[in-house]
Amino acid sequence: MSLPTILFWILAVISILSAIGVVVAKNPVHSVLLLIVTFFTITGFYILLNAQFLAVVHIIVYAGAIMVLFLFVIMLMNLNASGEPQKNNLVKFAGVVAGGLLLIVLVAALKKADTGMLIQGSTNIGLIQNLGKVLFKDFVLPFEVSSILFLSAMIGAIVIGKKD
Amino acid sequence: MNPIWAHILTLVLVLLVMVTIAAGLIYVERRMLAVWQDRLGPNRTGPFGLLQVLADMIKIFFKEDWIPKFADKRVFVLAPMIIMMTILMTFAVIPFTPLISVINLNIGVLFFLAMSSLGAYSVVLAGWSSNNKYSLLGAIRGSAQMLSYEVFMGISLMGVVVMAGTFNLHDIVMAQHSIWYFIPQFVGFIVFFIAGIAETHRLPFDIPEAESELVAGYHSEYSGMKFGMFFVGEYLGITLISALIVTLYFGGWRGPHFLPPVVWFLIKMFVFILIFILMRASLPRPRYDQLMSYGWKILLPLSLLNLLITGACVLYFAPGH
Repeated sequence: MSLPTILFWILAVISILSAIGVVVAKNPVHSVLLLIVTFFTITGFYILLNAQFLAVVHIIVYAGAIMVLFLFVIMLMNLNASGEPQKNNLVKFAGVVAGGLLLIVLVAALKKADTGMLIQGSTNIGLIQNLGKVLFKDFVLPFEVSSILFLSAMIGAIVIGKKD
Repeated sequence: MNPIWAHILTLVLVLLVMVTIAAGLIYVERRMLAVWQDRLGPNRTGPFGLLQVLADMIKIFFKEDWIPKFADKRVFVLAPMIIMMTILMTFAVIPFTPLISVINLNIGVLFFLAMSSLGAYSVVLAGWSSNNKYSLLGAIRGSAQMLSYEVFMGISLMGVVVMAGTFNLHDIVMAQHSIWYFIPQFVGFIVFFIAGIAETHRLPFDIPEAESELVAGYHSEYSGMKFGMFFVGEYLGITLISALIVTLYFGGWRGPHFLPPVVWFLIKMFVFILIFILMRASLPRPRYDQLMSYGWKILLPLSLLNLLITGACVLYFAPGH
């Protein structure tokens, strides 16, 4: 086995174990910490695919900003195992069914996905220059639309925050 | 010499030198504060009190390493490690000379931003796991402060990136052959410096650990070497921000030829470390809401304007336009 393959399997095992840990952990803060570990393993996958920019932005945005806010909210809500009301069995069952259906849809959608592109990609496909050229030449319209989406979300947050 | 061994040697050298400088700064800071406040400072242990650091380290190693019964043990132990780890990892991308740098990443600037954003976890987790209301208040202040100042820190750096046309720190130093970037990027430099003080939560922005309000803030419950890691981590942070200011705005290792590049780098770095200490000696602490409104209402528009004007100038003067 080559080195990237070995690294891939190590990362895969860690990411699945920590993802299971997120669901199993009793303490919400431990869940958040394990989710951060999962994000780090995903960063590892990006680096294995030569997408360095994506990898580092993934750390900045998800691990660095979003998960800190998660921790913030959990700390302020003061959740703990004893104080949390138990959901009844019907709700739990509905949750399992909904999650299972999502899994089936994802598997069905990704089953026939074309993975050939990943193998053919050259070593500098993920460099910032190339990514920038693709984003601002080939995908400029979707890129701008998504930035307007972000802007409207920000304005929405300000409007909601100012209401009282 | 085998290149792998040379690489490992560089790595160990950078690690040891940086940790030693950070520990030595404790002595430097106490002496310099004393000079500026018309006192003597620590001058009893060894010649000029130079052995004070050693004495402090021996004391801190032999202190009882107590974990509170009410704390979340695993997270409590993890928190001080994070601050040391993230800061030391950032030193890997800094080019001390053309030859001495651990790794030459083409996303060096972004790597620094990623690591500094992870540094916030140290504060948040330390405060939460201590299970103490003062620690929690310090952690909440600290994380809000670090999250907001990271934003302008990133944007202020983008001016340099636009001018150099690269995220690689080596190439940024190389691009400063005719002019050091603190002249065209003066606004960016000031914003980065202020954000750097807030990121390392040094005085005057040490609100997460304001001792007159919060005992010692997020590290109130820490003792022994775990406290030592927060303590040395703070000085490592100062060293890191100074090294980055030198690399990004003051031409890195560049300087007249009568001194080797690494000496130039260290001289410039120590100038900024002394400015950090002088700020502590001279400025009072602002209120928390003043800190936040100063950041979001002044620094954010300023850094965005700086980026806009820099981009426009670069496009206007670019060859072929």
